[in-house]
Amino acid sequence: MAVEQKVLGGKIVKPSSRRNSRRISQHIDWLTILLYFLLVALGWMNIYAAVYSPDNVVNIFSFDINSGKQLVWIGTSVILILVLMVVDYKVYEHLAYPIYGAVILLLLFTLAVATPIAGSRSWLDLGGGVRLQPAELAKFATALAVSKFLSSVNLRQQNMKDQMILAAITFLPPAIIVLQNETGSALVFGAFILAFFREGMSPFILIVGGAAAFIFIMTLLVPKLYLIIGIFILMGLATWLDYRLMRRFKTMIALFLLVVGMIFSVDYFVNNILQPHQQNRIKALINPEADPLGFGWNVTQSKIAIGSGGFWGKGFLEGTQTKFDFVPEQSTDFIFCTIGEEHGWVGSSILIALFMLLLIRIIAVAERQKSVFGRTYGYCVASIIFFHFLVNVGMTIGLAPVVGIPLPFFSYGGSSLWSFTILLFILLAIDANRSQDLSR
Amino acid sequence: MNYLENRKYIIQVIFLIVGIVFIVRLFYIQVLDSSYKQAAETNAIKPVIQYPFRGLIYDRDGQLLVQNTPVYDLMIIPKEAKQIDTLRLCELLNIPIEQAREQIKKAKAFSYVQPSIFYQKLSNQELAHVQDNLIDFPGFYINARTARGYPHQSLSHALGYIAEISPKQLEDTTFKGYRPGDYIGKSGIEQEYEKYLMGKRGVKYKMVNVRGVDKGSFKDGAYDTLSIAGENMVSTIDLDLQAYGEHLMNGAKGSIVAIEPATGEILAYISAPFYDPNLFTGKDYGKNYMALLQDPDKTMFNRPIMADRNPPGSIFKLVQALIALEDGVITPNTTFACNKSLVNCHQHPSPLDLYGAVQHSCNPWFFQAYKALINQGKSKNTFTDTSIGLKDWREQVLTFGFGQKLGIDIPGEKTGIIASPALYDKVYGQNRWKYSTIYSLSIGQGELGVTPLQMANFMAIIANKGYYVTPHIIRSIGENGKPLRENQERHYTSVKPQHFEPIIEGMAEVVRAGTARRANLAKVGITVCGKTGTAQNPQGPDHAVFVAFAPKENPKIAIAVYVEHGKWGGQSAAPIAGLMIEKYLTDTVTIKEQEKWVLSREYLNIKSN
Repeated sequence: MAVEQKVLGGKIVKPSSRRNSRRISQHIDWLTILLYFLLVALGWMNIYAAVYSPDNVVNIFSFDINSGKQLVWIGTSVILILVLMVVDYKVYEHLAYPIYGAVILLLLFTLAVATPIAGSRSWLDLGGGVRLQPAELAKFATALAVSKFLSSVNLRQQNMKDQMILAAITFLPPAIIVLQNETGSALVFGAFILAFFREGMSPFILIVGGAAAFIFIMTLLVPKLYLIIGIFILMGLATWLDYRLMRRFKTMIALFLLVVGMIFSVDYFVNNILQPHQQNRIKALINPEADPLGFGWNVTQSKIAIGSGGFWGKGFLEGTQTKFDFVPEQSTDFIFCTIGEEHGWVGSSILIALFMLLLIRIIAVAERQKSVFGRTYGYCVASIIFFHFLVNVGMTIGLAPVVGIPLPFFSYGGSSLWSFTILLFILLAIDANRSQDLSR
Repeated sequence: MNYLENRKYIIQVIFLIVGIVFIVRLFYIQVLDSSYKQAAETNAIKPVIQYPFRGLIYDRDGQLLVQNTPVYDLMIIPKEAKQIDTLRLCELLNIPIEQAREQIKKAKAFSYVQPSIFYQKLSNQELAHVQDNLIDFPGFYINARTARGYPHQSLSHALGYIAEISPKQLEDTTFKGYRPGDYIGKSGIEQEYEKYLMGKRGVKYKMVNVRGVDKGSFKDGAYDTLSIAGENMVSTIDLDLQAYGEHLMNGAKGSIVAIEPATGEILAYISAPFYDPNLFTGKDYGKNYMALLQDPDKTMFNRPIMADRNPPGSIFKLVQALIALEDGVITPNTTFACNKSLVNCHQHPSPLDLYGAVQHSCNPWFFQAYKALINQGKSKNTFTDTSIGLKDWREQVLTFGFGQKLGIDIPGEKTGIIASPALYDKVYGQNRWKYSTIYSLSIGQGELGVTPLQMANFMAIIANKGYYVTPHIIRSIGENGKPLRENQERHYTSVKPQHFEPIIEGMAEVVRAGTARRANLAKVGITVCGKTGTAQNPQGPDHAVFVAFAPKENPKIAIAVYVEHGKWGGQSAAPIAGLMIEKYLTDTVTIKEQEKWVLSREYLNIKSN
């Protein structure tokens, strides 16, 4: 420890709390913080626009409306940030498992005591009208635990047992969350695959996962027979052209039969196993026009709102579709509609660019970590934010099924904003102290 | 481990691909595809039709015939109408509580947030009651609209009525722009002048939220258009004359049509039995309409222009005489004996010249005159000669407006029937009929059908000595009040003016000392020229006809009176015409004994021969 504190910028730096905070401010990633506050501020304005009612104008700061409440969440998030930066960065690594364990208990506790809200048993009533969704906290807690596990000294990636433990750490929280009937939030944990991939997971899983997703979607879009014939031709052509595949002729046939089996099971899964509301979300994705007033309502209305924005948009507070409640959940899950309608293609593209910038910056931050823990955690953060962005924006423009997950930093809601703030600023706290860590 | 570092690029590329896909997708739905913009407009911007005031209709002296009366409906918005004292509301409206509950249920079924009618067409008294207490009934309000109103209950058949557009009309492209529930002229003037009367509808664009609740005007009304009221109309009808004619015809069946000869303006247009046009504006429109439609007296039948199945009888002798004079086959001094072996006749001096023949309506005289007209010896073959003669005669008859639509501005006009060679060829075969087959045409019987309007128009022709102006009931459209140009044209007959003189003299004799003495107005200094007729009716008592014009020297009114089952024109139709003429020309009625006679309806009890 003494070594790392000795030389920094040619000066001898002594460990004192004042010096310590100065060092943090020097190493802190201001670009990420700028992007964070930009997104939060833009989100806040759009929350106001989403709840704005022209015949009952309420001040943006009023606590009667979501924008006023969001301001409280933003304020508390700033306090959270200060706390996270001041706390010794090593705490996150050292307490990763206890935090994870505590959150698992909290999830179970919630499942046991929560009163269902719209079928979901994921909200914990803290009294005074304040509610907390522990599923949101599970994201950073799991990210910490996963990073901690992957950075264990005696970890062997090829070890079956270690792989099982990693899978268990990753998928225990979503299993509980599914029981809470918050399937959308549970899906987010699938994003950890990206982080695993960076840490050495075989690309085979990623490819298989991608192919499976591709076949899944195609099964819904294309009649089964055509799909099977198409895949047969593609695989046959590949086998015929590539001698390496030719040598594995039997494997290719087995693979083909596997795909056919998957097509049929997807069909069966969607039509017989999924609950009707889940079936509808998938149907709405494929063909929202089939029932625009029923299951297609959300997708149809959100596309109308965004599509009507045009190139430049209708202007701040000028959107009719979001204003007059045509789009449901405007300030939370469908907040992107407000941007699309009022700020048009230009505004939407800027927002997407901001997210791209943030994600790539996080990757850069992750890559410059000397510890596996820090790097893995960075990738977990990027993966989670990316998954939210992908599904949330995707569903509003009809490219992803309607899954009730918020747009990070942007959507209204305290649990979600806190959760993303904690997720991101733990990374920034680790990053600010990266020079104190030795590469392993 | 180093090779794993390259994976950061793969991950970043995945991120960027998603971002680019999103931006491209957004470009497509926001910039390229305009259907979302339209969908957004239909979503949130609702056009609200602004109905214009329908044009008013005045009579020739400026008296209001048709107006718009305000109608007040009590509306309910169920969402706001909570915890109201339904019982008290029912007491105010004097309706049973079940009805109120039923209405509230219906309104809720329609929409919680949009208004529905709770009680239609409040009377003034109900309005006064409810309005004072409306403050106690949140969610209720009064909606004012207008409906057609008729201050004088007259002219029902000519005015027509308006009603909701039918599904069939909605499919018709001529009624483009109408929506279900719109009102449209269904008959009479209301139908004929629909496009002027309806005015121009305006549109207000309102913003609504997802539940259809009004959120104010769109862009502060920048795209709104105001409704433009329909054009007011000035009718040619003399309301006082019209009302008097209805008074005279009340209880009888038939028609009166009075025309100003010089202009073709219709002064009175009566189809009896008639009905109160207000019957079609109230709550019971459907019930009243069905009752009238099924009524055995055929009240809805627009007799002046539709009753074209009956022969005109003796009045048609005038047409025959005019054409015979024009063709030179007779002169005013031609005499024929009243030879009853040719055709039956009544007791009168004989032989007669043209004047006497008109005055006494001598059947054998016209038999012989018409024979001379038809068989002019243009062919040696009697059959062919008759055919040629009938064809030439028919051509001339058509110039009087018979056998065709005159073109009156009331929909539903019928043509009538004028015998033609083709008709007889069809019945008897070519060259198998001759004058002995068709002679009854000479006295206005047989294959002839004339509407009361055509009869009155014929009188206008005689009064004008040879021409008519298309009869019409609307003089001008709009505020400037210029006469409609299409009504100015004169239609000349084939007969030269001088040939009308002897006919007019004979007609004056008819009234002075002939069959129509009941129409005599000599004591007020008016010379009436007329002709009676009897239309044979195989189904019952004959129909009585009387046509006339007056004053003889400077005709101001031409009139046709048709009384179903009135037997003789002189008994029933002539006094009605006389009364109408006096009423119109002097504004008073002095021949009170005739009025009493007409109103007594005794003529209906006279035994027919």
